[in-house]
Amino acid sequence: MNILVNGVLETVPARTIAELVADKKLAASSLVVELNQQIIKQEQWPQTRIQAGDRLELLSFVGGG
Amino acid sequence: MTTDDGLQLGGVRFENRLFTGTGKFAANAQIPKMLAASGSQMITVALRRIDAQAKQENILEYIPKNVTLLPNTSGARTADQAVRIAHIAREAGCGDFIKIEVITDMKYLMPDNWETLRATEILAKEGFVVLPYVLPDLPLAKRLENAGAAAVMPLGAPIGTNRGLETKPLIELLIENCSVPIVVDAGIGRPSQAAAAMEMGADAVLVNTAIATAADPETMGRAFDLAVRAGRMAYLARLAEESSQARASSPLTGFLDE
Repeated sequence: MNILVNGVLETVPARTIAELVADKKLAASSLVVELNQQIIKQEQWPQTRIQAGDRLELLSFVGGG
Repeated sequence: MTTDDGLQLGGVRFENRLFTGTGKFAANAQIPKMLAASGSQMITVALRRIDAQAKQENILEYIPKNVTLLPNTSGARTADQAVRIAHIAREAGCGDFIKIEVITDMKYLMPDNWETLRATEILAKEGFVVLPYVLPDLPLAKRLENAGAAAVMPLGAPIGTNRGLETKPLIELLIENCSVPIVVDAGIGRPSQAAAAMEMGADAVLVNTAIATAADPETMGRAFDLAVRAGRMAYLARLAEESSQARASSPLTGFLDE
């Protein structure tokens, strides 16, 4: 399935956000997920399904002034 | 004796008028030490796409819970992007404070006052505690105030330049004519410049680069804290008048051989 992850087209096997986060071995604690401009809270990751053409943003807080 | 007073912003009382930033530290572990040394009670963070290749630390873990987070909207080039970042930051648990930073000029990193005003209008209505970062411009500051900004944050000099209060006369107009607090953000490079900002009546200063890139950020944080306190205290004590002519401090009569 093809989706846009942080603006880059990727083919991912994951069916949910939780699976995608696990596949990418991302640290869940600091991750902010936006799916088609909707913020998805961490407790909703397991039941939030990914569909072809979705635009996913994986964000985190960093140092800044 | 006049003692220092707190600053009320968005329902939070800040006993410390030095706001700090988390950018440019050589190691994140320096941040909690700097916060402890400076006593700063509000600190900025930024939001970015993750780099899946790089090992990333969670910056929020380095900020004690009693310090208010001030997420910024850096990276936004339009009001709508700033609004989107603000929504994400709030959803992510960063609270209601937001520093609006909209930059379209990548050469001088000047804030875009028009987009900033538009973002402020939207976010203040949504209940955010909005701190817009702007070029000091009095009519704009009044519009921000009317739009519900919690404070106005004029730059002293371009971001990261450490050149101090280049816009001083314009900031003074804001201080004299605005009812919301004025926080000098960007450009302050030395504790003496922070003290000067406070002496002229700024309500707070936001310092990042000057502390984070000092050889010893912890000690520099302390130095800025003392400077901000001294400047505030001097402002409250009301500075003595300037004079173009010399005025003797000792009596000019009663010399020994008179």
